[in-house]
Amino acid sequence: MAHRPGFVLEVDRSTPPTLFWFGEGFRLERLPAGSRIVYPPDPLPAVRDVRAAVRHALTHPIDAEPLEAQLFPGMRLTIAFDDVSLPLPPMASPDVRSVVIEEVLELAASKGVEDVQLIAALALHRRMTEAELRHALGRRVYDALAPRGMITQHDAEDKANMVVVGHTEEGELVELNRRAVESDLLVYVNINLVAMDGGHKSVATGLASYDSIRFHHNVTTMVHSRSFMDRHNSQLHSSNWRMGRLIARSGVRIFQIETTLNTNTFPPAFRFLNRREWEWDLRDRASYVAVAESLRRTPPHLAREIFHRIRSPYGVTGVAAGEVEAVHDKTLERVFRQQLVPVEGQTDVLTMGLPFVGPYNVNSIMNPILVYCLGLGYLFNMYRGRPLVRRGGVVIMAHPTRPEFDPAFHPSYIDFFEQVLAGAPEPSGIEAKYGEGFARDPWYIHLYRTQHAYHGVHPFYMWYWGAHALDHLGGVIILGGNPAAARRLGFQAASTLDDALEMARSIVGPDPSITHLHSPPLVMADVSEGRAGA
Amino acid sequence: MLREALAGRTIFLTGATGFLGTAIVEAVLRLLPETRVAVLIRPGRTATAQERLRRELLGNNCFDRLRAEWGRSTFDAQVAERVVLVEGDVGRDGLGLSPEGREVLAGAAIVVHSAATVSFDATLDAAVEINLLGPARVLEAYQAARASANEDPGHFVAISTAYVAGSRRGDAPETSLASQPHYPDVDWRREVEAARELRREAERRSRDPVQLARFRERARSELGAAGVALLAERTERLRRDWVHAHMVALGRSRAQSLGWPDAYAMTKALGERVLEERRGATPISIVRPSIIESSYQEPRPGWIRGFRMAEPIIISFARGLLREFPGSAETVVDVIPVDFVVGAVLSAAANPPSTIAYYHAASGTRNPLRYDAMVSLIRRYFGEHPLYDERGQAVAIPAWTYPARGEVERRLERRRRALRAALALLGRLPLRGEALSLQDDLVDVSDALERAHSYVELYGAYAECEALYATTKLAQLAARVEPSDGVVVDPALIDWEHFILDVHLPSVVEHARARTSPRRTPRRSREERLRAGLFRGRRLVVFDVENTLVAANVVDSFAYVATSAVGPWERAGLVASLLLEAPRLLRLDARDRSDFLRYFYRRYRDADPTELDRLAPKLMTGYLMRKAFPEGIARVRQHRAAGHITVGVTGALRWAVEPFRPLFDELICLDMPERDGRLSGMVPGTLPIGEARADVVRELAARFGIAQDDTVAYADSTSDLPMLEAAGTAVVVNPDVKLRALARRRGWLIEEWRRPQGFGRVVLPIGGDR
Repeated sequence: MAHRPGFVLEVDRSTPPTLFWFGEGFRLERLPAGSRIVYPPDPLPAVRDVRAAVRHALTHPIDAEPLEAQLFPGMRLTIAFDDVSLPLPPMASPDVRSVVIEEVLELAASKGVEDVQLIAALALHRRMTEAELRHALGRRVYDALAPRGMITQHDAEDKANMVVVGHTEEGELVELNRRAVESDLLVYVNINLVAMDGGHKSVATGLASYDSIRFHHNVTTMVHSRSFMDRHNSQLHSSNWRMGRLIARSGVRIFQIETTLNTNTFPPAFRFLNRREWEWDLRDRASYVAVAESLRRTPPHLAREIFHRIRSPYGVTGVAAGEVEAVHDKTLERVFRQQLVPVEGQTDVLTMGLPFVGPYNVNSIMNPILVYCLGLGYLFNMYRGRPLVRRGGVVIMAHPTRPEFDPAFHPSYIDFFEQVLAGAPEPSGIEAKYGEGFARDPWYIHLYRTQHAYHGVHPFYMWYWGAHALDHLGGVIILGGNPAAARRLGFQAASTLDDALEMARSIVGPDPSITHLHSPPLVMADVSEGRAGA
Repeated sequence: MLREALAGRTIFLTGATGFLGTAIVEAVLRLLPETRVAVLIRPGRTATAQERLRRELLGNNCFDRLRAEWGRSTFDAQVAERVVLVEGDVGRDGLGLSPEGREVLAGAAIVVHSAATVSFDATLDAAVEINLLGPARVLEAYQAARASANEDPGHFVAISTAYVAGSRRGDAPETSLASQPHYPDVDWRREVEAARELRREAERRSRDPVQLARFRERARSELGAAGVALLAERTERLRRDWVHAHMVALGRSRAQSLGWPDAYAMTKALGERVLEERRGATPISIVRPSIIESSYQEPRPGWIRGFRMAEPIIISFARGLLREFPGSAETVVDVIPVDFVVGAVLSAAANPPSTIAYYHAASGTRNPLRYDAMVSLIRRYFGEHPLYDERGQAVAIPAWTYPARGEVERRLERRRRALRAALALLGRLPLRGEALSLQDDLVDVSDALERAHSYVELYGAYAECEALYATTKLAQLAARVEPSDGVVVDPALIDWEHFILDVHLPSVVEHARARTSPRRTPRRSREERLRAGLFRGRRLVVFDVENTLVAANVVDSFAYVATSAVGPWERAGLVASLLLEAPRLLRLDARDRSDFLRYFYRRYRDADPTELDRLAPKLMTGYLMRKAFPEGIARVRQHRAAGHITVGVTGALRWAVEPFRPLFDELICLDMPERDGRLSGMVPGTLPIGEARADVVRELAARFGIAQDDTVAYADSTSDLPMLEAAGTAVVVNPDVKLRALARRRGWLIEEWRRPQGFGRVVLPIGGDR
């Protein structure tokens, strides 16, 4: 497939309706003439032999000795890996993590390393289920290591297995998983889906305690992360980088392995999702009609199950290993090449369709708080330079936003929605009033540690994730959203795009410029100065 | 005249806490400043006679006028001086009087015997004891007391009823019943004997094994598997209710066989006969009121005590519940305001006859009110002042058709039968939650119908009484009353239109606390009040777990775990076998929970405990957490946050519910011992089920030092009734048909907690990775 760069289309009379994601379904909407649509670049060509690429990265690391040379008999080796929140949707087997870990384990075995431990770097995410671990690590690795207790999941509340590494020059506490810190070598295996992932954040957040994480996962940091997808303008990342350097200085040896994927996100049945509408051929149209029609007849919970079974045929675009910062620079270069689209000037109204899955609802329900986070946290921040929407502008996001929650994975979200958001949902007020109470709640901690629940404080982080957007925007409208749930979030719901645009006009003026972010597949706007033609 | 005639005398009054008695005491205090009144009051089960005097008699709003006119201190002084309390009981020979009491009785120039059982559905034997033998008992005590004190025979005033004349047409004179043409002269002694005999017979029959089995079956169908103690209690109550209903029916049929509308009228009539027989030298005045209604004028227009005969009928009519009532349009409805009866009683008391005198305190021939005239006044009133339903709509009043009694009863019976069938059907459906609001409506309608039916049964005969009560003697009595006496006696003074529209109906409506404005009172307010009450003070809160907090049970859990441990083919087999056995399991569960659990837990025999521990988190995350009611979990946490002690109780095995332990301060569940590293399939000891849960509440309350009244129990099924009853406050969660009906009757808080939204309904609890 020849690689085409991203593209900004100006809508005219001949433009076919535009596909909006709408949770477990789609909407075809006609944007007004003159609107712009930001399309992602076509998927980058994939590495043909992933295993060979991995081996090459391990033997030719950047700014580090080859992995083999760092392994010796009798050593303690810990391999930490990204959890189920990456990639989205999950990758078709074999997951690139399993390939990397198999290679690392083989090297270790050949060098006589026996004390090996795998740790899922959960931070405050839910523990992975057995099926999810099997998928991420591959059957072979799982079946070989799990029965011997060699696969564990990080527990940010397990103070007995936590070590204080120190404090950064800004006074931030760095407290990490004891096994990781006390190992002779910590190998971190990542999937860098978006620019926010990876780098020092992998260890400094993924393997940290709650007490450590709260130094950067808070409102002040998030308001000053512009955006958190652009690490050089993100306080979230500056904090993680300070921590990462402290960790390196303190003698923890990290061998970082980062992998990047292309945007070949959907299997053949959903091929039309990877294409621009005016290029849909007969088969794309037929499969769109078939999919959309059958979804219309399917109850939402069944549609959700179907979508969550999608395994993406991603191609691996590169593997880099070695010193954290050097590896991450290389990785970001690849991520940007895949996702970045130059866009000239900001817009008054930004429209987006939100899909069925975000980082925190794999195999589960996208509840209203996660809808908020996906729209105003993730997609809003998919920019470099300046936000795609101007200050005081409006975001219109399409999602059904049903007030539904998964009590097993997101128990504290329910209380957050029912108790915290019932008051004024202003982030810094919420943080001060409720944050610690939820974080220290014994029931939530119990469910996080022993079951499969997100940490009690997690919904607050979701709320902080959108703090920058809330600070920046003049209004948010949820297209097709449940009105009560939208109101609870502090937004308005509109049933049609025309209504939503009318409501937006009352905020930004009668003749707004409109831009649609056509994602997923993932796309990141590189916004230059200058004003888009209205 | 009255005041002078009764000055310096004491009136000994029985039935002082009744409607008429209260009005008599008030009138004596107000109108006869030189007269004392001695009131005979029976000590209650919880209150002393003194307390009953203060609360039930003087506390009534009848005395509000005097308190206001005299001031509180004068009122209290007057009461202390002129109201004499005598403890005693008209049901006992010699009235159970103390020597002092007997002295007061001996000193009374007049006795007014007003005590009676006025309930029209009294049992035959109770009516006989009180209405038939009561007057003679009081009279004899009076005669004995007077004789031993060497006093003259005094004067005995007995309150009877106009309906002693029976259900016949034509004139009823103010004479002895014996002298009246159609009087069925039965021997009262035989009737007394028969009534006592029938009571023994009914008691015996109610204890027949077949009959007892029937009561037990009904108790079980009402309560479900609520445990032996509660079932026994309910069974005994059903037996007593049956005896009562049977005795009421016997009374009615005996009375009607002799031409009286019911046992009340019959026993009153025979009571008069006993008095005539036993009167000796004592002059006797018999006052026969018709239907006594609210007062015309004194102590204030519209004063009424208790909800009496005509009022519930009127209100049911205005609410649109009672669409028809038997009776023909031309009949005379004989009602009389209470102050006219008081006037008649006091005038009779002041004018002792030489031997015996009879007075009708009725509107009778003097000022008759026809049925259709009354109905049209009532319709006019509620046309102008409608009642409102709970939606705030005015209730349309039905047109009155004056049907015959049989016709009304047939129609009511048809509707009752249809409703009963609908309710029985509902009871068999596995419905919970909002689906049952339909049931609430049906129950309401059914209750209203039952009431309508009972009115027709009780009072229908009265509406058909076409006797015309003569008032010649009453008129003579009235002629001796002077305006300065302050009493009214002559029914000709009644302006019916004024009385019904301006006095009686407003009073009835106020009394019924009926909705008289379209303003809707929020229905939830009661629930919110109850809910807020749960969080007051230090509490012990006990939660049933299965189906109260989690919409799952032991069968689900077993099925889920068993199916996740095996491959797809065996899984299908397991599911099929469980489904096949389901009806049997359900039956067993409905009969006895403990038996069911023991039987079911045999399945765990030889299971590997480590394997179960491995599966436990899967069960929790994959099944239990997603079937837990989020509001329920939040409620437990809310109680805990309020500093309450929270306890979960479940019949589930430890491994399955262990993850819920940190939710509570304490979790009570079942342990299954192991044998050689394998589960034994046995659960020793008493299971925390049924009555054992009531003990759990008591033990926990004692252990944590919390009063039984401060305990709260949450549960979902009738099998938890013992626990709900034992706790100070009961909350039922998503109740089934039976529990819902029970909870509504007892005023318990009913919570409807919703399952988590966004998941499909799990039809079969099948685990494993599909």
